[in-house]
Amino acid sequence: MAEILAKLEGVSRVYQKGKERVDVLHELDLEIEKGDFLALMGPSGSGKTTLLNLLGGLDKPTAGTVSVGGATLSSMSNSQLSNWRATHVGFIFQFYNLLPVLTARKNVELPLLLTNMSAKERSKRASLALEIVGLADRANHRPRELSGGQEQRVAIARAIVSDPQLLLCDEPTGDLDRSTADEILGLLRSLNADHGKTIIMVTHDAQAANYARRTLHMDKGKLETRATA
Amino acid sequence: MKFLNQAFAVTMLNLRNLPQRAGGSVVAVVGVAAVVLVFAAVLSMAAGFERTMLLAGSDDTAIVLRSGSTAELNSGLSNDQALIVANAPGVMRDGDSPIASAELYVVVDVAKQSTGDDANVPLRGVQPFAFELRHNVKITEGRMFEEGRNELVVGRAAQSEFGGLGVGDEIRFGQTRWTVVGAFEADGSVSESELWTDLRVLQTMYNRGSSVQSVRVRLVSPEAIEELSQALADDPRIDVDVTSEKDYYSSQAKPLSQFIKIVGYPLTILMAIGAVFGALNSMYASVSVRGKEIATLRALGFGPFSVLVSTMVESTLLSLIGGIVGGVLAFALFNGFQVSTLNGASFSQVVFDFAVTPDLLSQGLVAALIIGLIGGFFPAIRAARLPVAQALREL
Repeated sequence: MAEILAKLEGVSRVYQKGKERVDVLHELDLEIEKGDFLALMGPSGSGKTTLLNLLGGLDKPTAGTVSVGGATLSSMSNSQLSNWRATHVGFIFQFYNLLPVLTARKNVELPLLLTNMSAKERSKRASLALEIVGLADRANHRPRELSGGQEQRVAIARAIVSDPQLLLCDEPTGDLDRSTADEILGLLRSLNADHGKTIIMVTHDAQAANYARRTLHMDKGKLETRATA
Repeated sequence: MKFLNQAFAVTMLNLRNLPQRAGGSVVAVVGVAAVVLVFAAVLSMAAGFERTMLLAGSDDTAIVLRSGSTAELNSGLSNDQALIVANAPGVMRDGDSPIASAELYVVVDVAKQSTGDDANVPLRGVQPFAFELRHNVKITEGRMFEEGRNELVVGRAAQSEFGGLGVGDEIRFGQTRWTVVGAFEADGSVSESELWTDLRVLQTMYNRGSSVQSVRVRLVSPEAIEELSQALADDPRIDVDVTSEKDYYSSQAKPLSQFIKIVGYPLTILMAIGAVFGALNSMYASVSVRGKEIATLRALGFGPFSVLVSTMVESTLLSLIGGIVGGVLAFALFNGFQVSTLNGASFSQVVFDFAVTPDLLSQGLVAALIIGLIGGFFPAIRAARLPVAQALREL
């Protein structure tokens, strides 16, 4: 039996909007195996991104426990979560979230600033990550000098540069055309298959979900029983 | 160490982004610059006035006035009393002569060059040792007045501020006509605001008999003022107050400089409050614009402390730039700017230069720093507490 990387037990997340109570996630149970490539689908407001944020330590559940790689995220302080994120998880956003004043290499180096690595070592690691995503020749370009697909590749390089086990992708191809999206999804599949990364990807795109090993559907804060393998 | 590295990295990123937020940054800089400019400008008046007064004062010179008099104008001594003072113990002598100058001080009307309005200008009758008693006074144009003649030497500041005081000019005070025969400088001290003539001539022209208002004496040492005071206090023929020249001018400067400070500091504080709101506004806008960057950095693992530091550094840096701009402008526009004002203690005009001193500039920079710290604090807290998940969703 495969090792469990992430586990959610009885997880609920409630937001308070003024006097209104919004139940975003409702008593959710989920286990994710190491090396999995999971696509999360569902309509807007179904709780996909909230679930992703809980798994990435960006948010805390109102009830229940979230454990990733043996760490119980739901009981960590904000500061502990920051430290945990720096080494255990990589984020890939829909709009890339690269810092426009930095070159591709410097953007990729950002997570390494949180380690004790020397500048030389950081640069070496960043170059390697850019090579993996096929952008070694664009290392000194700024984001505005790159295409959308190239920007997303830089963002992926930034997500993997500190070698985290878990990659969390929130609509990674939502801003890309079909052909570029396929390239990015192929890259993610390669990171999963060849580099052993566990990937959880939120998407609205059924074709994108086809790249995953399995797909879970969410609606109204709950996981639906139908799952596609 | 890790904390510091993080804080440094985020701060540098933030500063590199500054050009993209130039509008708000300029508002903050201008606000602080205005505060420092007004602060330095207003208080440079007080500093300039104090400097002008204190430059005239020396520790080794004493002024003797009638007991209870706070200024030369309301003092009065007879010729005999003046001689007793001059020959008292503690007074330095040049051969047989005490280094002393009995002086008469009257106020005359002279038109200001700028407005043509009459202003009170001090006309001082002095004795030959007057120049030796004031180390910094020297004739720079024309010649010294001759004893027994209606001749004047005029201070440079008075000459530039008031009309009809050029060397060679004739000027009328009441029924008397005077010729300006020379001009003197005194390192910008209050003496430069005065007109000097021979004591005997002034006594005669103003029907003062042989009376004088003050006696200046050179002391054998600054400490000798005690000996002189005691000797004069013990002498039943005379009832006088002895003050060092430095203390005398310091007390003369106090009322006006205090008044300027009473106006200047609250004005600065009011403006500083405005600038704090300007800085707050600018920094809240900055945090808002940087929301995506902050949320991304936090998601990558950067801690709230580094975000807080970066915001505080930005605010402080902008304020310091504003402080420097304000200080430079104040120095360029006001330092050395000459004005005259009525000194309440002597009822006469004192000509002085605004002095934007290093001390004032330092105080201005400290004020800018405080504005920056206060203006950055609350936005920094907001930035550090930014809910990452929510901020990422709103991008």
